[in-house]
Amino acid sequence: MTTKLLGEPIKRLEDPRLLKGQGQFVDDIHRPGMLHGAVLRSQHAHARIKRLDVSKARGLPGVQLVLTADDLGPAGGSLPLLIPHPALTQPRTQRALADDEVRYVGEAVAFVVARNRYIAEDALELIEIEYDPLPVVAALDAAIREDTPLAHADVPRNIAAHLVQTVGDPDAAFARAAYIVKDRIRMDRGAAHPMETRGIVAEWDDAAETLTCWISTQGPIPIKNGLAMLFHLPEHKVRVMAPDVGGGFGPKIMMFYPEEILAPMAAMRLNRPVKWIEDRIEHFISTNHEREQIHDIEIAFDKDGRILGVRDTFLHDTGAFSPYGIITPLITATQVPNNYKVPNYRVEFTVAYTNKVPVSPYRGAGRPHGVFAMERLLDKAAHEIGLDRAEIRRRNFVQPDEFPHDVGLIFQDGGPTTYDSGNYPEVQARALNMIGWDSFKKQQARAQGRYLGIGLANYVEGTGIGPYEGAQVRVDVRGHVFVSTAASTQGQGHYTTFAQIAASELGVPLEKVTVTTGDSTQFRWGSGTYASRALTVAGNAVGLAARAVREKAAQLAADLLEVSPEELEFENGVVSVKGAPGRSYSLAALAVASNPIRYAYGEVPKLPAEPLPRQGPALVPGKEPGLEAIRYYSPPHAAFASGCHAAIVEVDADTGMVKILKYAVVHDCGVMVNPLVVEGQVYGGVAQGVGGALYEKLDYDEEGQLRSGTYMDFLIPYATEVPHIETDHVETPSPLNPLGIKGAGEAGAIPTPAALVSAIEDALSPLGIHITQAPVKPDMLRELIAEKRAQAR
Amino acid sequence: MIEPKTRATRARTLHLNVNGKRVAAKAEPRMLLSDFLRHELGLTGTHVGCEHGVCGCCTILYNGVPIRSCLMLAVQARGSRIVTVEGLANEDGSLHPIQQAFLDCHGLQCGFCTPGFLMATYAFLKEHSALRMTDEEIRVAIAGNLCRCTGYQGIVRAVRQAAQTMKK
Repeated sequence: MTTKLLGEPIKRLEDPRLLKGQGQFVDDIHRPGMLHGAVLRSQHAHARIKRLDVSKARGLPGVQLVLTADDLGPAGGSLPLLIPHPALTQPRTQRALADDEVRYVGEAVAFVVARNRYIAEDALELIEIEYDPLPVVAALDAAIREDTPLAHADVPRNIAAHLVQTVGDPDAAFARAAYIVKDRIRMDRGAAHPMETRGIVAEWDDAAETLTCWISTQGPIPIKNGLAMLFHLPEHKVRVMAPDVGGGFGPKIMMFYPEEILAPMAAMRLNRPVKWIEDRIEHFISTNHEREQIHDIEIAFDKDGRILGVRDTFLHDTGAFSPYGIITPLITATQVPNNYKVPNYRVEFTVAYTNKVPVSPYRGAGRPHGVFAMERLLDKAAHEIGLDRAEIRRRNFVQPDEFPHDVGLIFQDGGPTTYDSGNYPEVQARALNMIGWDSFKKQQARAQGRYLGIGLANYVEGTGIGPYEGAQVRVDVRGHVFVSTAASTQGQGHYTTFAQIAASELGVPLEKVTVTTGDSTQFRWGSGTYASRALTVAGNAVGLAARAVREKAAQLAADLLEVSPEELEFENGVVSVKGAPGRSYSLAALAVASNPIRYAYGEVPKLPAEPLPRQGPALVPGKEPGLEAIRYYSPPHAAFASGCHAAIVEVDADTGMVKILKYAVVHDCGVMVNPLVVEGQVYGGVAQGVGGALYEKLDYDEEGQLRSGTYMDFLIPYATEVPHIETDHVETPSPLNPLGIKGAGEAGAIPTPAALVSAIEDALSPLGIHITQAPVKPDMLRELIAEKRAQAR
Repeated sequence: MIEPKTRATRARTLHLNVNGKRVAAKAEPRMLLSDFLRHELGLTGTHVGCEHGVCGCCTILYNGVPIRSCLMLAVQARGSRIVTVEGLANEDGSLHPIQQAFLDCHGLQCGFCTPGFLMATYAFLKEHSALRMTDEEIRVAIAGNLCRCTGYQGIVRAVRQAAQTMKK
C-alpha cells in the first residue's frame, strides 16, 4: 500500500515559496507600463455632494485618469445584491462611486490613476468637493426608532429586513416554566483584518480583447462572471485569479468592492495595467465589518434545568448597505439553540441600516453572537437554578444517539438546519478534564485576593454548505498529477490537503501533485472559499474526480495487461497486477496510452510496441482521451462540526487587564484530512476570538466617525495576548459526504468570546459583576469593577 | 497645493548594500524604504501590512538591527547594510534553519506576515540564545509582529526549534 496520506499531519507543500519571500500577493505583481490608483473617500457619514470638481487633479502631471460617478456609464449603477431573501424587503447596495449622496465615512467618491501611488494621492488632495451634511444614524440602539434620521430616505425606520421563525409553541413553554432567565446581550462591531489588505491589478489586452485581473479575493470565479456581464465581454475573455491571498476571513468573499470595477474600467480606458492596493487606514473604512447585534433573549426551564423554550428578538446592524443580503443574521437565528435540545423556539430579527461601513460575514458569520447570547444565558440560569455551569449544559445536550437532529429551522442555504452527527457530552467532558474543571474551585479559593475564574462555552457550526464546487484532476504524460478547483486559498493549506486527497486516491507520492486554485482559466465553475466549506465541498469534488481518473487508468491498464480492473493496485505512481508487480504500467505510460496520438511523446513511456489490435475508431465512442476527469460535489445540506472551549483567566481589578492562564479546545470536524492544518485553523480562530472578546472594537461616535481607525486604537492581539492553546479532537464522521469531513475554518473564533466572558464573570463573582457584552476591553472592565466597588462602599 | 518639482523633491540615486550585494537605484525623498525595496529593487518578500509601524510585516535588518521599513524613508538608508527575507535562504536555495523551523512547526498559513516574523526572529536569535527561554519570553520577543492566521502557537514552537538547530 502507498504511505498513508489522509489523516496525517503532512507539512505544507506551499511553505518553501512563502518562506523565501517568493509568494505572489497582489501587490507583488508588476506589469509593464503599470499605473496606480487611489480612491477619494467620503469624510462624512451622511451628506449630499454639492460640488465635485476634479479638474485640478486631472491637470496634475503624472495623472492619467480621474473617474467620478458621471464617468462610469452603465457600470455606475447599483452593485449586485448577492443573496436576495424574501424577508429583505428593502435591499440597498452602493454604487462603484457615490453619485449625489454618501452614506458612510469611507464610501468611494472618485478614483485617480497616476504614474505612481504617491502622485495619485497628491491628486486626491487637488479634488475639490463640497458636502451638505445630512442627519446621521450611527448607534444601533436607536436605529429603528421613529425619530431617528434615515440612512436611506426611502427606507422607513431604517428597517432593511424583518424575519420571524418559530418552532413548536414557545409561549406555552414559557407559561409552564419553573425558571425564566432573560437578558439584553450585546456584541459590538469588529472586523476581520487580514494582514494583507484588499487589492487588484487589472490588465487589458487591446488586440486580444481580454481582461486579466489579479484580485485579493476569496471568490475569483463569481467576480470573473460578474465582470464579463458588466463590461459586455464573453466570459472566456475575462480571466480572474486569486494569487497568494494574505488572509481572508470573510470580507474578501464580497463582490463587488468598488475598486474591482474601477481598476478594470481604468485599465480598459487607458489600455495600461492598473494596480490599486488598499492601505490599512482605508481598510478600516472600506472593507466590510461585522458582529454588531443586540439580543433580547429569554430561556424557559423546567425545575430540573431542562430547556423548555427560547425566545430571542434581536437587532442586526448591516451598516449603510446590504450587499450580502441577510446571511449573517439568518445564521445567528439558527445558531442560538446551539448544542442543545430546544423544543420550542421563537426568533425574530430586524436588520437596520446605519451610516457605517457595510456588513458581510466575518469568520464565524453570525455564530459568535448567537453562541454568546445562548451561553451567557445558560451561565446565568445555572447561577439562578443552583446548578454547575457544566451540568446545566449536560442536561440539555442533543445526545449522540439523537442524530440526525432537526432543529426545525431553515438554514442560511435555504435547506434544513439538521445536525448530521456529533458527540457533545464527550466533547465537553474532555474539555472539562483538560482545563481541570472539578479541581478549580480549590485553586480559586487558594488564590486569595486575586480574581481567578474558569469558564466554558459550547458551539456547533454548520459547515460545508453548497451550492457546489468542482475539481479537475489530470495526470500528465510524466505521471504528474494536476488538481484544479475554484476554491481559492487564503492560507488554509489547499495545496497540501487537496493534494493529499488526490495522491491518496491515485497512489502517487505527494510531491507528484500540483494544485491550482482560484484561476478562472484553470477551472471555471464554483464559488470560492468561505463558510468553512472548501475542504468539505471542493475536497470531496477532488476526491470524486481522482476516483474517476483512477477508474479510467484502471480500465486502460486492464485492457493492456489483459486482466480485470479489480485485479490491479495503485502504488507509487504505478498500476500493477496484484501479486505480480512486474506486470505493470506507470501512470505516465497510461496517460500516453490514453491518447490515440502518441508520436509526440517520443521514447519516454514504456508502451506496447504495437498498437492494440482492435476494430473501429481510434477513440472508442463515448471515451475521452487523457487521464483526466472533472467532478462536482453538491452537499445535501450543511455538515455540523462542534466543540467546547474552556478557559481559566485572571483579571487585574485595577487595570481591567485579563490574563488567560489556560485555554483548552476540544473540536470535532469529522474526519481530519490533515490534523496539523486543522489545529492551525483552530489556533488562529481562537486568536481572533480573543481579539473579539477583549480588545477589538470599531468605535463609532454619534456623527458616524470611526474613533478606532488605526492599530493604535483597534488592538489586534500579539503573541503576548494569545494563550497557549491545548487541543484535543473527537472525530464523528459526517454521513453526508464521501470523505466524512466537516469544515474547520471558523470554529476557533465562534465560542471564544462566550468562554472568556464566562471565565471573567466567574473571576469577578466576588464583586457580583454580570457581563452582557463583548468585547469587554480592559477600560470597560475597569469601569465595571470601579462601579461595583463604589456601590459596595 | 503641490509644489512644482524642486531640488528637494527630485529623485536621487541611492547606493546601499542589500543582502550582501551593492545596489544603486533612484528614489524620491518621500519614498518609503518599504516601497523602495519592493518596487524599485523588486524585493517583494518584504510586505506592507499597516504602514503605521504596528504590524511588523515590513521588518528588515538595517545595519544589523530589526526595523520597520514602512517607518523609514529610502533616502535615510543610503549607504546602509540591509537584509531582507530574500537574503535568508542559503546560496543553494535550501532553507535557513529559521525558515525550516517555520515549515516544520506550521508557523505560517497565508504567509503574508511571515517575512516580518522571520526577520524579527533572525535578529532576536542573533542576540539571544533562546534555548532556556520560556514560551512567555519567546512570545515577548515576537510581540512586535501581528499574525492573523496562526494564533502564534506554531510560531512560538518554530522560534524554539530554530534556536536549538542554530545552536548546534
